Amino acid sequence: MAHAATHDHVAHDDHHDHKPQGFIARWCFSTNHKDIGTLYLIFSLLMFFIGGAMAMIIRAELFQPGMQLVEPDFFNEMTSVHALVMIFGAVMPAFVGLGNWMIPLMVGAPDMALPRMNNWSFWLLPVAFGLLLSTLFMPGGGPQGGWTLYPPLSLQGGNGIAFSILAIHVAGISSIMGAINIIATILNMRAPGMDLLKMPVFVWTWLITAFLLIAVMPVLAGAVTMLLTDKYFGTSFFNAAGGGDPVMFQHIFWFFGHPEVYIMILPAFGIVSEIIPTFARKPLFGYQAMVYATASIAFLSFIVWAHHMFTVGMPLGGELFFMYATMLIAIPTGVKVFNWVSTMWEGSMTFETPMLFAIGFVILFTIGGFSGVMLAIVPADFQYHDTYFVVAHFHYVLVTGAVFSIMAATYYWLPKWTGHMYSERWGKIHFWSSVISVNVLFFPQHFLGLAGMPRRIPDYNVAFADFNMISSIGGFWFGLSQLIFLGVVVHCAFFSKVKAPARVWEGAKGLEWEVPSPAPHHTFSVPPVLKPGMLAHDDVSH
Amino acid sequence: MSEAATSQEQYYVPHHSIWPVVGSVAMLMTAVGAANWINDSTGLMARPLMFAGIAVFVVLFFGWFGAVIRESLSGFYNKQVDISFRMGMMWFIFSEIMFFAAFFGALFYARMLSVPWIGGEGHGALTNQFVWEGYTAAWPTNGPGNIGGTFETIPAWGLPLLNTMLLLASGVTITLAHHALRAGHRTALLVWLGATIVLGGVFLYYQAHEYIEAYQHLNLTLGSGVYGSTFFMLTGFHGMHVTLGAIMLTVMWFRCAKGHFTRDNHFAFEAVAWYWHFVDVVWLGLFLFVYVL
Repeated sequence: MAHAATHDHVAHDDHHDHKPQGFIARWCFSTNHKDIGTLYLIFSLLMFFIGGAMAMIIRAELFQPGMQLVEPDFFNEMTSVHALVMIFGAVMPAFVGLGNWMIPLMVGAPDMALPRMNNWSFWLLPVAFGLLLSTLFMPGGGPQGGWTLYPPLSLQGGNGIAFSILAIHVAGISSIMGAINIIATILNMRAPGMDLLKMPVFVWTWLITAFLLIAVMPVLAGAVTMLLTDKYFGTSFFNAAGGGDPVMFQHIFWFFGHPEVYIMILPAFGIVSEIIPTFARKPLFGYQAMVYATASIAFLSFIVWAHHMFTVGMPLGGELFFMYATMLIAIPTGVKVFNWVSTMWEGSMTFETPMLFAIGFVILFTIGGFSGVMLAIVPADFQYHDTYFVVAHFHYVLVTGAVFSIMAATYYWLPKWTGHMYSERWGKIHFWSSVISVNVLFFPQHFLGLAGMPRRIPDYNVAFADFNMISSIGGFWFGLSQLIFLGVVVHCAFFSKVKAPARVWEGAKGLEWEVPSPAPHHTFSVPPVLKPGMLAHDDVSH
Repeated sequence: MSEAATSQEQYYVPHHSIWPVVGSVAMLMTAVGAANWINDSTGLMARPLMFAGIAVFVVLFFGWFGAVIRESLSGFYNKQVDISFRMGMMWFIFSEIMFFAAFFGALFYARMLSVPWIGGEGHGALTNQFVWEGYTAAWPTNGPGNIGGTFETIPAWGLPLLNTMLLLASGVTITLAHHALRAGHRTALLVWLGATIVLGGVFLYYQAHEYIEAYQHLNLTLGSGVYGSTFFMLTGFHGMHVTLGAIMLTVMWFRCAKGHFTRDNHFAFEAVAWYWHFVDVVWLGLFLFVYVL
């Protein structure tokens, strides 16, 4: 009875101890956190390339001033759908996939707490993004008012509005169920002795992220429901003639939206906090401070939303409050950055691909953080609002932040997932190609924004031509570089001959390195017995 | 409850299940059908598809929950699985609270900020003078555009007060039912649980009555400006949750009658009771902020 936890039961009399037979049964009807995690990651990669293709169209149109390739309506669809696909389809599912794969392994659980619901969380995503992408082929097209869906602009479309809004609902249901599962897994499924303050930081950041998701995804659902009824059922939530207010949508949206941006970065903090100690061969500096900083960032994320709306009109007291509250976030974030640097200090460092991406993250995310502090300053924001400076800012935190961390995590754990080593040479080529091109792509956008180029336009003043051309070249280069990533992953999964050991990285600590590579289909059916030195943080003194 | 020979020490991880994918198909059918329908499409891909999707959901609930109930009765669930279910339900209810928070937020924002501003208060003096001249802030309001025409509101101390009493009473009866369950008195359990369902049903009947009254005699509709919007969205979503709660209570009644629960092991009943208390509390907020104030 090696796996009593997967006993046959009344509905299924067949007895499997190992992988279910059959492609459909394994991948569509799965209850296995590793298979579902793989599905999430593949889906995320697909969306990354779809959203990336849209970004290529945007950069191609902006290569030169003047209308070049596409109609303005289509350009607006591209900016809006690129954002929705990348946020809800690429970054969030990637983190959920990583959480699915790694959290049960890291806390010593046999699976996610609610395995069937886990599968539904995943399988709602193809539904959501099928709905969303189908709008591109409808009369009136897809969303064109930006991913923030501000009314009345977002409501001036065709039939696609109903589909996009329902797509957001479905993606939201998926996120909420995924988050509930993660919380229940972390709080209820830890191996004996895995105290909360011994958990890996990745698990901690996901616990807090999951709380944010459950708190704000329903608020987004409420906001888009009001959009739907304003458009189709005659309500006046966002119509001043009826006593409503379009700005009200912005408040409700950003009450969701600001925690949402931390939903996309807190797991990244966790990943980097796993990788840097491994390759610095030193314990993480300030483990508890990392945990408390994460919680502080999460708390502050609820009281800063209106910094996205400084120019729409707000009482002065409101502008000041949101400015200072926003700047406060720099403190816990700074704690994290200094802790990562201190972890590397006097470490015995090596620079494998995951470490390169993690160090790239620390430096480039910090640049994005600095431009965030600049944007937090109300009078300065009056100048920067809705310019390319904002675009540069959030692409630094999302691409060189969230996406780099996802790539770092992929290289870090890929040998654990596949049982084979990826090509270190091509991984490094991918890193250097990406890290140079991404700066060519986004750094000039700071200058464009400061010079006054507005975002979300297909044409621009010739004064902006040079930097746009540089940015576009960087964009195509970055886009092509990701084909290397695809190649490395496919090679590692299917063609690599180099077997990975259980402890893939010399300095790695944690339960996930105690199981063989590839991780067996079922792990920790019996809770592991923790031994001294097994965990990275088991000697935390208070 | 039958004692199966399963190892209670280990966490039960079910075999692969078709229900999640069935759920996704149902979701796709319902969403496409609903979106086509509200876009005034009349073909098979509109309303018929939506109802077919809902039908698949009904099948799904019987199949999925049926599997869970069979596993539970077979004794596959240990204490730890039970805690997972409890956490799942708790956090689900928390997400529901946040969903209602969005609509309460809209109500408070309109009443406290946007309506006074277009009436000229605070920084809104010029807005009022140049855009909405002559509009005086008030509540209830359908805005300076008199959207939906003049309307009257439902007085708080009539049907809404009665409904408040009904829901509060149902909160008491479900607690009595729970006590009966814990004491092992099945007849009392069925009576009190049945009473809870009846109270919920009567609540819904009066709520429907109120809506008919609003639409037919008071000209208070979903289109009555921001008052009508917030009134019907809040009470409407609450009514849908009461309906869902009443259906779940009914399922619990049949499961109690079949003897699915023991004194110590009846999480499904507790989960529904939590949910029922949640809709009860939301109603108290509604009664206060939508009807009374």
